[in-house]
Amino acid sequence: MPAGTLYRGREGMWSWVAHRVTGVLIFFFLFVHVLDTALVRVSPEDYDKVVAVYKTPIVALLEYGLVAAVLFHALNGLRVIAVDFWSKGPRYQKQMLWTVMGIWIVLMAGALYPVLGHAVREVFGS
Amino acid sequence: MSADTSSAIGPVESGSLYDVDNPAPLIEAPRKRTGKTPRATRGNFEMAAWLFMRLSGVVLVVLVIGHLLIQLVLDGGVSKIGFAFVAGRWASPFWQVWDLLMLWLAMLHGANGLRTVINDYAERPNTRLWLKGLLYTATVFTILLGTLVIFTFDPNIR
Repeated sequence: MPAGTLYRGREGMWSWVAHRVTGVLIFFFLFVHVLDTALVRVSPEDYDKVVAVYKTPIVALLEYGLVAAVLFHALNGLRVIAVDFWSKGPRYQKQMLWTVMGIWIVLMAGALYPVLGHAVREVFGS
Repeated sequence: MSADTSSAIGPVESGSLYDVDNPAPLIEAPRKRTGKTPRATRGNFEMAAWLFMRLSGVVLVVLVIGHLLIQLVLDGGVSKIGFAFVAGRWASPFWQVWDLLMLWLAMLHGANGLRTVINDYAERPNTRLWLKGLLYTATVFTILLGTLVIFTFDPNIR
């Protein structure tokens, strides 16, 4: 690791780490997603065959993880913008992070049934 | 020698070091861009990239969360997605523009983010060169492929 690290943990550093990790994960998914969508130019059958993978229970779990990453990155990104452009942003960065986490938990609870419901029905029977 | 410096510096107790005859020396601002500044640091690319991350980020929040809502939550979630669903949505120029804008902004936002990550962690010049070369190649390929697919989509392909 590079020497002379300034950050010493706590909310500011960990939100920065989480922003980085979620960003990289989302970017790698984006490559895959553009490639799978490009199959609509090959044939409807090939596209539907690959999209069927997205409907399996295990991939549904990964989709829930993707939603988690995107929502955190989006909400924390707005917090970063507030820290940079709002004069009181740096002073309230901690409170804003806990607000982000609160909204994130509510949205993740809301996404639970729509994203994972079909997987639960498939695994445990309707 | 002593005649010049003694009048310029003077005794500290007697007030200001400078007067009309001895103005303060002009100090060039640090990092001022001059003809001698290396080419690579003359522009404002990093500032533009920083601003782009924030501007594209705000737009992407709307585009991507809307996309997730349509694809994964509304109307049966992921189960309804198939060739027919894609054909139905891309029949409208609105969703074509939505997806095109999302593709370009997300790819450029992600590519710049990964460029920052590479700059931070890859320390050997050769490693940085290869990782960034790979990143830029994959980014250009993916943007062009996605753009081509949106513009040449044919619902009656079969």
